[in-house]
Amino acid sequence: MKKVINQADNVVREMLEGFEEAHADYVRSLEGTTVLLRKDAPVTGKVSLISGGGSGHEPAHAGYVGEGMLDAAVAGEMFTSPTPDQVFEAIKAANGGEGVFLVIKNYTGDVMNFEMARELAEAEGISVEQVVVNDDVAVEDSSFTNGRRGIAGTVFVHKAAGAKAAEGASLEDVKKVAEKVVANTRSMGVALTPCIVPGSGKPSFTLEEDEMEVGIGIHGEPGIERKKITSADDIAEELLQKVLQDSVDFQGSEVAVMVNGLGATPASELYIVNRYVQKRLRDNDIQVTHTYVGEYMTSLEMAGFSITLMKVDEELKQLLDARADTPAFRK
Amino acid sequence: MEMKTEQAVAWIEKANALIQSNKEYLTELDQAIGDGDHGLNMSRGFQEAEAKVSGTDYDTVADVFKDVATVLMSKIGGASGPLYGTAFLKMSMTVKDKDPVTEANLADAVEAALNGMKQRGKAEQGEKTMIDVWHPVADFLKNGQNVQADKLEETAERAMNETKDIVATKGRAAYLQERSKGHVDPGSTSSFYLFQALADVWKKGE
Ligand SMILES: Nc1ncnc2c1ncn2[C@@H]1O[C@H](COP(=O)(O)OP(=O)(O)OP(=O)(O)O)[C@@H](O)[C@H]1O
Ligand SMILES: [Mg+2]
Repeated sequence: MKKVINQADNVVREMLEGFEEAHADYVRSLEGTTVLLRKDAPVTGKVSLISGGGSGHEPAHAGYVGEGMLDAAVAGEMFTSPTPDQVFEAIKAANGGEGVFLVIKNYTGDVMNFEMARELAEAEGISVEQVVVNDDVAVEDSSFTNGRRGIAGTVFVHKAAGAKAAEGASLEDVKKVAEKVVANTRSMGVALTPCIVPGSGKPSFTLEEDEMEVGIGIHGEPGIERKKITSADDIAEELLQKVLQDSVDFQGSEVAVMVNGLGATPASELYIVNRYVQKRLRDNDIQVTHTYVGEYMTSLEMAGFSITLMKVDEELKQLLDARADTPAFRK
Repeated sequence: MEMKTEQAVAWIEKANALIQSNKEYLTELDQAIGDGDHGLNMSRGFQEAEAKVSGTDYDTVADVFKDVATVLMSKIGGASGPLYGTAFLKMSMTVKDKDPVTEANLADAVEAALNGMKQRGKAEQGEKTMIDVWHPVADFLKNGQNVQADKLEETAERAMNETKDIVATKGRAAYLQERSKGHVDPGSTSSFYLFQALADVWKKGE
């Protein structure tokens, strides 16, 4: 393992300290926790948004703390959900009196830990609502299993629900928007190389020089299919097909596109993917209204990318266009 | 056997020792069908739990379990943190005011733990999770009188090994569908260590 770290055990804490110092005009840490709050939290007169999850997805989630997006981000250990006490502290500190909205990615650990925190907060009389993001089409959607994973599409929830909250909408209305985003967002990813969790020191799986893993999650867990690597256009086509064939009917509609790098894929390659995505959508009578290319939800040093499409209506377009000022997302 | 605070503390110490020496193995199991953090999660949680209970004087077994629950809940994270935390919380509630804790009390406690975990994780037996170990162990304790420690360990071990052939439908391994077959479930393995440790303490108390 070759990494720029001091000690594996201190990675998350030291990262948060460095993050806070780099973005002191946006965030402040909550003493004794792994929570980063909006500098001016609690902000009154609006619903507070909290997201979080395992670390290793930077700039998610602390990068989205700021005006128009999150009020707090809770960081867990690498790829491990934060614990209920941490989320609970975040809820108490971020609550501006209008209630708290939790954005949870659909992983068993995240769901359980956030729900326990929600129960603790509700017991203290704080109104809490939540959405569970599950945009990854690689995983079969079935009521008998956990359902799908939450990946890069989560950033669209932060943006849209955050903008809605900033307008002064009620907890109920923020939830409606978040659910609308979830219902209209689909993603799929591919990995070219695995990633290494500092604490374990070993890659989570191995790929031959000429192999790729299709349908990858964002925690180094294996994908759904391993195959020979092809061209950028062919890979993008394969992911897009899966996304387009899924249950959201994108045909003839307007969409927001995100081409998200997983950590070690250069921006140049992401742009090559985007070139194909735009052309392919245009040819299919799908109109792209917003495009985001870059690293939004990474998986440590994994090489690869994901493609996310969100079908947008007037409300979602307007929320994407609303002002946002955070370390990793500005509008 | 009867469990007093010394045995309860010894249980956690032994469980921690087993988890620390199998930390890498638990991580390997989780790398095969999960995200490779189970060894780290369990090692972090039980290390702290052991430190807490070894350094505290207790009046009741319930207090030991309550501290274990609080530490595990706030230190493990992942899916297993809330589950093991819930398990010890339910056990603590069940053995409240019981001193010493009898075999029958312990059987009730493990059953309450199982029910709490099922409620929290929404998993049933046969979904390739730690429930697959807790379920038969709870049944075994409930049906037995003068339970033998060896049999307890055997029951847990067999249940752990049987998770190998199950296709996961809960937890991270469920994303692999058929590919999850052929690997033992990491959480079932750490649960086995927990019951192996209990059996060990039990033997010493007989
Ligand atoms: N719904 C569930 N009910 C019971 N046990 C579960 C459930 N989901 C997962 N598990 C158990 O948890 C184990 C994995 O625990 P681990 O500490 O690795 O958490 P994780 O799934 O990686 O959490 P996270 O999603 O936050 O990373 C599995 O092997 C399984 O035994
Ligand atoms: Mg795991």
